[in-house]
Amino acid sequence: MNPSSAPSASCQLFVPLVVADIVDKGIAVGDRAYVVSRFAVLIALGVIGIVCSITAQYFAAKASVGCVTSLRRSLYAHIQDLSFSDLDRIGVPTLITRLTGDLNTVQSGLNLALRLLLRSPFVVFGAMIMAFTIDARAALIFLAAIVILAAVVFGIMLGSVPAYKKVQGELDALTGSTRENLAGARVIRAFGMEEGEREKFASHNDALYRRQLFAGRISALMNPLTFVILNGGIILLLYTSGVRVNDGGLTVGKTVALYNYMTQILVELVKFANLIISISKAVSCMKRVDEVLLTAPAMTFPDTDPAEDPNAPAVEFRNVTLRYSDADPAVTGVSFTVNHGETVGIIGGTGSGKTSLAAMIPRFYDASEGEVLVNGVSVKDYPAKTLRHKIGYVLQRAGLFRGTVRSNLLWGGEADEEALASAVRSAQAADVIAAKEDGLDSAVEQNGRNFSGGQRQRLTIARALVRRPEILILDDSASALDFATDAALRKELARLDYKPATVIISQRTSSIQHADKILVLDDGEAVGIGTHEELLETCPVYREIYESQYGKED
Amino acid sequence: MHGEGKVDFDGIAECLVRIGMSACLCGILQWVMNSLNNRVTYRVVCDVRRDAFDTLTHLPLSYVDSHPHGGTVSRVIADVDQFADGLLLGFTQFFTGIATIVCTLVFMLTIHPLITLAVVVLTPLSLFVASFIAKKTYDMFRLQSDTRGELTAQINEVIGGQPIVRAFSREEDCLAQFDEINGRLEKCSLRAIFFSSITNPSTRFINNVVYAAVALTGALTVISGGMTVGGLTSFLAYANQYTKPFNEISGVITELQNALACAERIFALIDEPRELPDKPDAADLSDARGEVRAEHVDFSYVPDRELIRDFNLTVKPGERVAIVGPTGCGKTTVINLLMRFYDVNAGGILVEGKDVRDIRRDSLHSAYGMVLQDTWMLRGTVRENIAMGRDATDEEIVAAAKAAHAHSFIRRLPDGYDTVISDDGGALSAGQRQLLCIARVMLAIPPMLILDEATSSIDTRTEMKIQNAFAALMKGRTSFIVAHRLSTVREADIILVMKSGRIIEQGTHDALLKKGGFYAALWGSQFEQVS
Repeated sequence: MNPSSAPSASCQLFVPLVVADIVDKGIAVGDRAYVVSRFAVLIALGVIGIVCSITAQYFAAKASVGCVTSLRRSLYAHIQDLSFSDLDRIGVPTLITRLTGDLNTVQSGLNLALRLLLRSPFVVFGAMIMAFTIDARAALIFLAAIVILAAVVFGIMLGSVPAYKKVQGELDALTGSTRENLAGARVIRAFGMEEGEREKFASHNDALYRRQLFAGRISALMNPLTFVILNGGIILLLYTSGVRVNDGGLTVGKTVALYNYMTQILVELVKFANLIISISKAVSCMKRVDEVLLTAPAMTFPDTDPAEDPNAPAVEFRNVTLRYSDADPAVTGVSFTVNHGETVGIIGGTGSGKTSLAAMIPRFYDASEGEVLVNGVSVKDYPAKTLRHKIGYVLQRAGLFRGTVRSNLLWGGEADEEALASAVRSAQAADVIAAKEDGLDSAVEQNGRNFSGGQRQRLTIARALVRRPEILILDDSASALDFATDAALRKELARLDYKPATVIISQRTSSIQHADKILVLDDGEAVGIGTHEELLETCPVYREIYESQYGKED
Repeated sequence: MHGEGKVDFDGIAECLVRIGMSACLCGILQWVMNSLNNRVTYRVVCDVRRDAFDTLTHLPLSYVDSHPHGGTVSRVIADVDQFADGLLLGFTQFFTGIATIVCTLVFMLTIHPLITLAVVVLTPLSLFVASFIAKKTYDMFRLQSDTRGELTAQINEVIGGQPIVRAFSREEDCLAQFDEINGRLEKCSLRAIFFSSITNPSTRFINNVVYAAVALTGALTVISGGMTVGGLTSFLAYANQYTKPFNEISGVITELQNALACAERIFALIDEPRELPDKPDAADLSDARGEVRAEHVDFSYVPDRELIRDFNLTVKPGERVAIVGPTGCGKTTVINLLMRFYDVNAGGILVEGKDVRDIRRDSLHSAYGMVLQDTWMLRGTVRENIAMGRDATDEEIVAAAKAAHAHSFIRRLPDGYDTVISDDGGALSAGQRQLLCIARVMLAIPPMLILDEATSSIDTRTEMKIQNAFAALMKGRTSFIVAHRLSTVREADIILVMKSGRIIEQGTHDALLKKGGFYAALWGSQFEQVS
């Protein structure tokens, strides 16, 4: 992976030997030519060193960037394969962090590791071996020095890493506090809590200061301690060398070389210690990424289209129960049908299971018990594309994607100008597009943030209509529309020439009271099914909802 | 030492003792310096951060609304942190580096001035190389961070929008789009990382050349008798120490620049104009009855886009004012003005006949009870979220929660009233958060109420029950209600109809219906049949 780090390190290791030769063979006998030739060797070593290490840098960068690029792609593709229950469990914000921040950390950790990890050990052990070849007895001092230095360096790290983690903890608290004061500015001021918030911030801030000081105090020991130990080693080295030079076992030049090796070792050890911090960070990030990659998708789809029953209802729920985790079911034992061309309304309070119910039709979630059928075939027997292509799904959160209005509408399917225009008209979105300078080709920013909530909602409805779906699901899709627009929309939907089976989810009775059938959900259970008039008679929950919006009938 | 049998052990011993002593002294001084640096830096940064936060709580709402929160947070946290790093590096590396350079220079001069000259001339080369590379790679790094931003945005959009992506079977198209950006990122990352990483080998190479040159000239000088072997050895050691700070400083310079830029951003935030302070003679609103008037109010968020012009309103104590209109019509503008989150451009808002600008802010704020559509929660326990800084007994808090129909769900939470609510309300549903917000107001019982879609996330049956509590609360209190549902509006004493930020109609339900304007159309659409 990185073959040239070792050569580059060895070049550095030869320098002290060459300098030793200059002193012992050049200066001692006054041989100027020899000194000049050694100078040339030094320069050559430098050139080899830079060539090798630039090559090494290149391959380290290429390996780490390439590796993380393909890792990022696998993760992205894998996330798109995971089931929604997996996504809910892991959490979308976490997944995004893993794809971005975590992988960036892995990349820089990997790059550093390739650059330094393959170099520092070579220098440390190489220098030690070189010292042994020069003089075994003096080299024993090296061994002792390396062991003590390593112990000190890693001991300090052992103390400072947890201390810095605590610093990070306080920093997170400050971030939270700051964010809170921006997001909640109105409430905090309305309740006159500024002073309390300032005090809270100040106390975290002081705690941060103390923790930083503590962590700093530990790591401030690193340089002075290693410096003193190193010099202790050098004193011992010089003394034993003195003895050895005196009895003729060692030359003066070689003593200089030994001294040089000693300093090289220290520099690399400190580099290595700092590297460990980055590497341990990268490793923990990689673990988080790995966790996602190891999650097997909980849902599989068949490859071939099933045979449909033309006489069966468009959608049928047979005694369906949905449980997200071990908690109470979100939907319990619900049965109902939506025939072709029919409109069914689903109503109920927040958390009554309306959205969960709808999300089972395109098989975002599988029924825990019972069965969901489309055209008489279980949704589990459809390939994902075939099933979802039948459905025009307008979600509660109206999401648009960066591009143009046209590119967003074409998500619905291939369509010519006229088909687009008619979908836009039906969705009451014509004035949204007319108001934009470039009409259908107006730019849409990330998440459609250059459109208002109501505009986005109408465009997402248009997007679902572009594909002329067999089944149209509107999940609280008119909540941001005023009553007049909502009414006009419903009128248009009833007029669609391809007569989709329509499921309308709403909290407003006005949105669904004209449906062919209304399903009333309460706490995940169907407590009533029938027309508006029937339900007013028979279903107390529906009556309460209706009266809460219109007042009691006089 | 001069070779076999000629070693002067007494001299060596003396030298070694001196080395040992200076090493220890040096170590202690280093430690003292590091500790001082830490203390000074962290203290400074602690104060800067406190000032920044202090400014934050005094900024006008217009600043908070118009600046992305992420950017402001990163100023208070990340920028200050970066600034601290810069200060530390500056103290430790920059100044000690310069000190090292100066000292070694002096020592080298005492040994051999001529060779010193060679060293001095050659060494800055590494600085030039480093800054040359830094300049060349700056654009590559910017391209990398831009591309990274682009990729993050794509990831946010697609991973965040998975339901839509899958509903329309766009997984492969999204992956292809991702691949394209990811591929570009690979290329520019590689360039940026590689080109910046050649700095270190290049400067090291130059240092090696300097070292070799010193060895050569030094050795030749020794041979011709201008210097001793010991002198050469020390000189080489000094030369080595002399070149090292140049490497470090070149690495630190970008950090320092960055820290300066961060400091500039922080101080810009700290120097932001704060909210106008209360006038010294500002009045207290201790006995507010709820009389509110708007007189010839002009207001706009941006100077050239006029929103409200010559708006007049008189609300008698105990009256109910409803604000209606389509989404995004600017209903919250009225609240911003009533609470004095924003100041009017002309005219005035008067409470109890006093202009709000002559009333102490905290006293004005506490006269209103406010429930916003945005159900923002404090990080803390349920109890703290209901009390909101007030000293309230447990009984009072439970009573408020019961009035808001929140008691039964709070009891079922893992730790009841002591359950900690994480960021953004966490485990609580939107409806439950809204109930807690209502409980806050039930506890405070202020003379005036502002209810901004206060029940939008609560299912209509629970809402009906709360309405009774609200009705009791509103009795005798002036209230301003923003509502979607026209049924809650019908009984209001005054209805303000808004459209695209402007107040276009004003009157009672019957009067507005008779007028046959925008309100009448809104009302009619609610009952229109699908034919």
